[in-house]
Amino acid sequence: MSEISLRRMKVRQSGTITSVKVGGILGQRLREMGLVPGTEITIQGRAPLYDPVALRVMGGTLTLRNNEADFIMVEVTDEPEISTDK
Amino acid sequence: MQTTKDTITMALAGNPNAGKTTLFNKLTGARQHVGNYPGITVDYKEGHFIHADSEIVLTDLPGTYSLTAYSVEELVARDYLVNEKPQVVINIIDASNLERNLYLTCQFLELGVPMIIALNMIDVAKDRGIEVMADRLATLLGIPVVPIIARTGQGRDQLIDQAVAVARGVKDWQPLDISYGDDLDETIMNLMGIIEENGFLQNTYPSRFTAIKYLENDDQIMNRGKKTNQSIAATLESLVSQVSDHLVKTMDVFPEAIIADHRYGYIKSIIRQGVLTHKFDTDRLYASDKIDKIVTNRLLGPIIMLAVLFGLYQVTFSWSELPVSWLAALFDWFSGFIAGLLPDGLLKSMIISGVVHGVGGVLGFVPLIMFMFFGIALLEDSGYLARVAFMMDRIFRIFGLHGSSVMPFILSGGIAGGCAVPGVLATRTLRSPKERLATLLTVPFMNCGAKLPVLALLIGAFFSENKARYMFLFTLLSWAVALLSAKLFRSTVLKGAPTPFVMELPPYRFPTLRGLIIHTWERTWQYIQKAGTVILGISILIWAMMTFPGLSPEKIAAFDQQRAAVMNGPSAHNTTTNEKNAAATGQSGKQELAIIDGNQAEEALKDSAAGRLGIALESISRYAGFDWRTNIALIGGFAAKEVIVSTLGTAYSMGKVDTKESSSLGKRLQKDPHWNKGVAVAALLFIMFYSPCFITIVCIAREASWKWAVFSMTFNTVFAFIVAVLFYQATRLCG
Repeated sequence: MSEISLRRMKVRQSGTITSVKVGGILGQRLREMGLVPGTEITIQGRAPLYDPVALRVMGGTLTLRNNEADFIMVEVTDEPEISTDK
Repeated sequence: MQTTKDTITMALAGNPNAGKTTLFNKLTGARQHVGNYPGITVDYKEGHFIHADSEIVLTDLPGTYSLTAYSVEELVARDYLVNEKPQVVINIIDASNLERNLYLTCQFLELGVPMIIALNMIDVAKDRGIEVMADRLATLLGIPVVPIIARTGQGRDQLIDQAVAVARGVKDWQPLDISYGDDLDETIMNLMGIIEENGFLQNTYPSRFTAIKYLENDDQIMNRGKKTNQSIAATLESLVSQVSDHLVKTMDVFPEAIIADHRYGYIKSIIRQGVLTHKFDTDRLYASDKIDKIVTNRLLGPIIMLAVLFGLYQVTFSWSELPVSWLAALFDWFSGFIAGLLPDGLLKSMIISGVVHGVGGVLGFVPLIMFMFFGIALLEDSGYLARVAFMMDRIFRIFGLHGSSVMPFILSGGIAGGCAVPGVLATRTLRSPKERLATLLTVPFMNCGAKLPVLALLIGAFFSENKARYMFLFTLLSWAVALLSAKLFRSTVLKGAPTPFVMELPPYRFPTLRGLIIHTWERTWQYIQKAGTVILGISILIWAMMTFPGLSPEKIAAFDQQRAAVMNGPSAHNTTTNEKNAAATGQSGKQELAIIDGNQAEEALKDSAAGRLGIALESISRYAGFDWRTNIALIGGFAAKEVIVSTLGTAYSMGKVDTKESSSLGKRLQKDPHWNKGVAVAALLFIMFYSPCFITIVCIAREASWKWAVFSMTFNTVFAFIVAVLFYQATRLCG
């Protein structure tokens, strides 16, 4: 259990949002898409140039830029399962 | 006796990709575009239908996630609800993504609009192991919930039955009160007190809604408040800033964040009461995710994207080749038929040169444009276009644009064959005014469907060996120019910080053949209509410009004398331009006559209104290698790019009297001494980048302002001319 910024999460890693520290239009857009404290997310993948990032939020898939992901802090459940299992 | 049916007004609202447009089409039968891309419906559309004994007027509102003042769509949706006050709102929500969709529902409830929920895509949800208890949800929210499948029309009748019942039953709007925690609740009560005491904005918004919008720092409502009553607005704002400061100090959050948290809290509390059951593991990969693993893969993604785009070219050009040649033959036959039918004179000249060549030149390319539109519809409806935006954002951001700019660019001709008009309109999906303007101003650089015939003509004539390759090359060039000028605009006239990218990747969907055909036909029909009306009128106008005032009687007499000299040589025939007689004069005499005829026609054209303008411009345009004929065509292109081909056709067919020789315009250009590869490319460059057509200009003016429309016209024309001159001079220097 550790808190890291969404940008630093790896593909397939899951976690729960702890804070979204941004106001204005970006804050509003993040919130209306379901990115609020308490929401569980899973990193789905990244664009070919590593940015933006795609994540599973609630029932859908969202994409956001890395510099937008910086404002979102996530408590990650564990290290990605693949590395711990084998 | 009641003869008139009662009319009920309904509004259809919901998140983008919740199936709103699909339901709208199913209900009204309206042939409206459905795109699997966030926010494709930017304007609200109206449809009528009869249900039982009621006439329903249904308005399709733009898809939104929220009701803030941050985007045009949200403002349009919100203003419609408070100003038009529909009798009932049908809120369509995606059952497979209930929680997120209910965020908007929650705001409708807070506004208090009479509402019913259309719980869509229950089939998709079921496939994902999600079951939504509609009855339970209805009880908890206190409004009817009807499960539907918009694609098949399942549940449609029950939905409208219920909506009609709601519309008939409700008298007043009943806003829902959600608790936002002690601090905010207290402030809201204070704000409401002041609002109600003064009747502040109350004829438009419920008092609680206004209070919440003040806490959310909503620009539109705060500006409206200032205009209504400066002192009350100031009081409200100071109360809000007090609580806001307090919250930031004690909890490090903004009021709007607390409001959103509590809304989600309210939604979660409802969902937890037995509304949702998951049969499978929620982390399970859906079919869409599996496709994305490959399609947006680091290495494979871009390769697939390029392959898809290039494949579209090959298909468009090779598949359409045969029907294009059929149509060309048909129009050739038709003008020959008319030539035989009508006597020589102004009417024949107008019908053949103005009407048949003008419209035929445009319609001949319909198959090509149809294949192209079919491809675009396929990408759009399947959901692949959103992936392109996802993959392209990193690149678009460099130029100060947004990943979503891809869509207007592609619609405008990023995949050659679009149209800047829908492209310009599609920029409404962009949330930042600056990124939007930059996109709006640069999409006309793309190779739209109307430029295609010109490109195809010139490439076909001068680079026929590698048609597809050259078309691809010119498309890449249009992208480069558009992106670089976007960067230029974003760092000069449109400076400013980027807007959030946050976007939804809709699940992949199998496009229905019917949907694809409707979309393809709609866009092709738009093109044909343009050809049939605007182009026909302009073609005739240009014919008139090129015919009148015509040669002076002295000049005609001089040509007649020359002819007489030739005719009187081998035989004693009278002066005539009739070909049968000309043929009788023998091979050499015929050639001489043709030359004289050609000279006379050219002389006549030079003397015409268009010719005089074209010649006047030749003193400048010669630096780019354009002669007066090309100038005339380019002037026509200001009205619509399609006109370029038809004008060139008219210009060259008038330059020759011999109508029986039906070699195509391309071949004529190849033979013409004014034309060579250098001129062709210079002309291509100019045509690709100069002023957008008049219709696009009007759209830009409507979407931005006339100032920007004029800017677009002048900037593009000056830029295009510089590029064409540089290229032409370079080829001359290099031999």
